[in-house]
Amino acid sequence: MTVTWYVVLSAVLFAIGAGGVLIRRSPLVILLCLELMLNAGNLALVAFSRAHGNAEGQVFALIVMVVAACEVVIGLGLIVAMFRRRLPLNVDEMRGLKG
Amino acid sequence: MSPTTWGWLVLAFPLAGVLVNAFGWRAMSGRTAGWIGTAAIGLAFACSIGALVALLGHTESDREITSSLWTYASAAGLDIKLGILVDPLSVFMILVVSGVSTLIHLYSVAYLDSDRGYARYFSYLNFFVFSMLLLVLAGNFVLLIVGWAFVGFASYALISFWYRRHTATKAGMKAFVINVIGDVGLVLATFFIFRDLGTFDYGAVFSSAQQAFHTNQGVVIAICLLLLVGAFAKSAQLPLHTWLPDAMEGPTPVSALIHAATMVTAGVYLIARTHVLFELAPTAADISAFIGLATLIFAATCALAVTDLKRIIAYSTISQIGYMVVGVSIGAYAAGMFQLMTHAFFKALLFMAAGSVISAVAGTQNIDRMGGLRKAMPVTWRLMTIGALALAAFPFTSGFFSKDEILGYAIHRGGFYVIFAIGGYAAALLTAFYAFRIIFRVFWGEPVPGARELEQGHLAHAPPENPLTGEKEDTDVGFPGEEHHIAELEKPMWLAMSVLGFLSIFGGFVEIPGLDDVVENFLAGSFLNSSLYENLPSVAADWRGLALGGAMSIIGVALAYQVYVRRPGTSAALIRRFGPVHGFLFNKWYFDELYDAVVYRPLIATGRFANTVVERVVVQGVVTGVVDLVRGVGVVVRGAQSGFVRAYALLLIGGFAALGLYFLIASQ
Repeated sequence: MTVTWYVVLSAVLFAIGAGGVLIRRSPLVILLCLELMLNAGNLALVAFSRAHGNAEGQVFALIVMVVAACEVVIGLGLIVAMFRRRLPLNVDEMRGLKG
Repeated sequence: MSPTTWGWLVLAFPLAGVLVNAFGWRAMSGRTAGWIGTAAIGLAFACSIGALVALLGHTESDREITSSLWTYASAAGLDIKLGILVDPLSVFMILVVSGVSTLIHLYSVAYLDSDRGYARYFSYLNFFVFSMLLLVLAGNFVLLIVGWAFVGFASYALISFWYRRHTATKAGMKAFVINVIGDVGLVLATFFIFRDLGTFDYGAVFSSAQQAFHTNQGVVIAICLLLLVGAFAKSAQLPLHTWLPDAMEGPTPVSALIHAATMVTAGVYLIARTHVLFELAPTAADISAFIGLATLIFAATCALAVTDLKRIIAYSTISQIGYMVVGVSIGAYAAGMFQLMTHAFFKALLFMAAGSVISAVAGTQNIDRMGGLRKAMPVTWRLMTIGALALAAFPFTSGFFSKDEILGYAIHRGGFYVIFAIGGYAAALLTAFYAFRIIFRVFWGEPVPGARELEQGHLAHAPPENPLTGEKEDTDVGFPGEEHHIAELEKPMWLAMSVLGFLSIFGGFVEIPGLDDVVENFLAGSFLNSSLYENLPSVAADWRGLALGGAMSIIGVALAYQVYVRRPGTSAALIRRFGPVHGFLFNKWYFDELYDAVVYRPLIATGRFANTVVERVVVQGVVTGVVDLVRGVGVVVRGAQSGFVRAYALLLIGGFAALGLYFLIASQ
């Protein structure tokens, strides 16, 4: 099996994730989609690493997981904070940061 | 001790006085600050005598002793030492400066008694004397410039001593600005000297100048003319004289200090000090002499018409300095320096007496409001008459021997130098006249109310006001104190004036032609290589010059007596008859108005133009233009910040996608 299939799967997953980020309004789903995008990236990294016989790509995948974990912590923390302040769980209404 | 050790001590004491008074004033009460200041200068005078004695121990050809504390700057061929030069000329100067200053300090102890700025005053006064001593003791041009600038600052501080009186602060600024013009001249001259001779040291400059330059070479003339700019600004010669009459805004003892001991004599000293250069540039020396002549005549005519007591004496100073400048420029160095000494005595005396008179009439300075003070102020009257006699060069007073010796020398040099003698004698007549105009107007005639009160033993204290403008003042710090002090009631004033009175009469006896010639023989050590110094008129010629001057003086005094005492209406009649002439003289030849029109107004107009056009339109236009541009761009860009997180995400992803596409296509 060539690396192509893995990369195609990674691209499809990334596109689904990106589409979800753009379309959905719930911050929880956006966070899930972001996670999907990150893991699509991981898949590509691991696939290339395997194809080239170089372990550095796998190390990067591990680092991405660490970053993703941090991101989830902050993101979920924000969502919990929004929920506790009874703010609407809708990113389109959270637009105080406009110019 | 060596002469230079004494020289350093001469500098140390006044500086210590400055520091003690400036930092210790909180702990002082009453007249302590005054006595400390006086003691500091008195010790400096004692050390000056020490320097004199030590210098006399050297042989006559070996009387130029230098000493250096440390090297001030040393780089690339530049070697400036913090060094002093003790030679007959500088010792002569420190004796005059510290001696007369001691008496002026003594006088001030009482005169400024009730002033709120008492310690500040003495701190400034000590600093002034320190600066002047530094100026005359400096062993190179750099230290000379330092002293020169210090003197300029000290005069500024003291002229505007009453800093809430706006006429005083303005006069201080005027003095400072004109002095800075002189500083620039002096600094430029020093640059030229360094460029061509490679050194700042007096000894090296003067010994190498004779080889490096030939007579009347352009650069020597340039150096001398630039030195003259400096000298004329300090010595108040035409056309830089206008600050001196205005400097009368300071306390009266300050006027005495500026006019007698320090400051205005600096220019004369500078010309005498650099006589080697002036002898190499006879043209510059002649220009200097002619300016001195013009100044002495101009100032004498002004003194005839001005009615402010202190300003009359101020113009007489300008005139007398003119004599000194003529003297040192035509080669009568000893006579010029001797005139400097006697002038210091009688001018300090005249100012002290004037201060006493002004106090007696409650701060008024206009002689139209004085009169008949003879009975009320017997001490002041007698001493001021002595001062006026010396100023008028009345036979056998000190001024007689000094002034007429300069003129005698001018005759002796012959050629066109006779002009100086003719002009000088004519001005001597005027001098005698205006000197006794003061005496007769102030002490003769009908006593004014203040004089009558004083005869009863009561010193009037009028409500404080500016004597020039009549504005109301108070007596807090920044204005004169509430009390007035006259010589009749104050021992220190009386003592200082009496010593000066004695010196004004008998001070001339040290230099009687053919009899002792003390000054001339002593100063010879500083003028060893001067060709003019040895070329002296015969004793008989000297006496002829003196006799002519004495005659002029007697005629002048007699004329003044005729005009002001015998026929009191004469002066008013003359003013009516020659109204335009009187107006011209009364307005001091319109010099202030001329400078106002030529310098002041154009500068103000330029400033206003720069403010309204350059600043408001050009500079502010550019600045606000840039600000508006940034703000406009900001308004456009702000639209993109909608706050929609998903829109940002779209831009981000779309942007990356577009970039990826671009690189894909580009890599084909």
